[in-house]
Amino acid sequence: MAPAIITLAADAPKLDTGNTAFLLLSSALVMLMTPGLAFFYGGMVRVKSALNMLMMSFISLGIITLLWTGYGFSFAFDGDNGGFLGGTSWLGLRDIAPDDLWGATGTPVFAFAAFQLMFAIITPALISGALADRVKFTAWSLFIAVWATVVYFPVAHWVWGGGWLGQKGVIDFAGGTAVHINAGAAALGVILVIGKRVGFKRDPMRPHSMPWVMLGAGLLWFGWFGFNAGSEITADGVASTVFINTQIATAAAMIGWLAYERLRHGSFTTLGAASGAVAGLVAITPSCASVSPLGAIAVGVIAGVICAAAVSLKYRFNYDDSLDVVGVHMVGGIVGSLLIGLLNTGGVGQDVKGVFYGGGWHQLGVQAIGVFSVLGYSLVCSAILAKLIDMAMGFRVPEDVEISGIDQAEHAETAYDFTGVGSVSHAAPSGVETVTRKVDA
Amino acid sequence: MKLITAVVKPHRLDEIKEALQAFGVQGLTVTEASGYGRQRGHTEVYRGAEYTVDLVPKIRIEVLVEDADADELIEVVVKAARTGKIGDGKVWSLPVDTAVRVRTGERGPDAL
Repeated sequence: MAPAIITLAADAPKLDTGNTAFLLLSSALVMLMTPGLAFFYGGMVRVKSALNMLMMSFISLGIITLLWTGYGFSFAFDGDNGGFLGGTSWLGLRDIAPDDLWGATGTPVFAFAAFQLMFAIITPALISGALADRVKFTAWSLFIAVWATVVYFPVAHWVWGGGWLGQKGVIDFAGGTAVHINAGAAALGVILVIGKRVGFKRDPMRPHSMPWVMLGAGLLWFGWFGFNAGSEITADGVASTVFINTQIATAAAMIGWLAYERLRHGSFTTLGAASGAVAGLVAITPSCASVSPLGAIAVGVIAGVICAAAVSLKYRFNYDDSLDVVGVHMVGGIVGSLLIGLLNTGGVGQDVKGVFYGGGWHQLGVQAIGVFSVLGYSLVCSAILAKLIDMAMGFRVPEDVEISGIDQAEHAETAYDFTGVGSVSHAAPSGVETVTRKVDA
Repeated sequence: MKLITAVVKPHRLDEIKEALQAFGVQGLTVTEASGYGRQRGHTEVYRGAEYTVDLVPKIRIEVLVEDADADELIEVVVKAARTGKIGDGKVWSLPVDTAVRVRTGERGPDAL
């Protein structure tokens, strides 16, 4: 990604309408991923907590947008302070004129700010899948606000804003470390503090709507083209390579996951197809500009198989990663980020090569530094933050609320109306005229 | 009078209905039901986690008939419901004291 420079000189690059159109549309595509994620997760929980799952994603659209406007964009992308954090001159998005351009891309700073905002929104929302069914909505809202401030904005700066990981040469084209490992490690940190759902490993917790899951996975796949290709910012050959690699790896991962499932459990499941696709999207995210189309197949198949195997770890190690955020996003992100060190062709606008292309082991080491520093930072900060929130206000809902369903208690709503004859008595909403239908005798 | 109750596979409903009509039965009641017999339920797998679903979907068909028709009707239902596979269901009959047609107040066999 381009360095944070606003060009003010007379020979400044001109506005490029093609790139700007591409970036704005990519931003809109990435925005759609958050509701897509909401459906992906929402379908995987039980009926009694489906709305809460949707809301944990949607609230991120509200909270993070305001934080981003206030200080998020400035902290992540306004210059560099010691490699750790950006500056303060863009607080409130002041002092940015509509004509100011982002580096040499020919796109307005506001377009770039909007694009990166969508990343900042979906990353905390990703965490929510691990916390399904059991956290207070207020505690969750507070968590993502502080988490974005303490973890996401700095890490985005490290990787893309000119911070220390970018300076070290870590390649993370569209967010394998900054988004997926970051969110997956945070999920692990929080669930180690707040514990398992009531009845974990004992009660059946079957997904309530596989069609929702497929809808959500489809929307994620669609939006991911904006996520990955849009990260090039300019509508060029690299963006095109990234676009097709995204499609190829996702397809390969879906097939890889399904093949693993068929061998291991005997069926090609719908959830496996959806999960495999997401695992492929995650793994190709950091590596989409580094690998060839055949390399993308390798990334996809490896991620599909490893993630399919990783999701059962929670039963072995006895932690309740409810919807497999760790198994898919953290593990998938690690796979994709490390494979850059092996499969980087160096042919798409990068001057480093992977082990298989004669580049030696250096880049693999650099990638590992990126992976484990973000993983460790996010895990530790998230666990501490979860502990503090738990001590201050209680992170979890009471056990009886969890058993009877979080939707009713936290949101005063339910996802579906299953009421039978006479089971609800209420007045008609005010302003609605009650019509008595005449029946012929 | 007898009450014939059949708990059978849902997809056999149409065959059973047609067989009952051919037999001359005037009315029947159908209820969605769930349960299991010796076959127990089935298994579903989500991301490798297996869930045993004990209660499988069934339908319950109830028919009131005169005593003389009961045995033959049971045979008709069993024949129509049978697929030969596990989980085909059960049919049984119970004696009924009284039946009343609500519209007319007729009682006993006249109410059927």
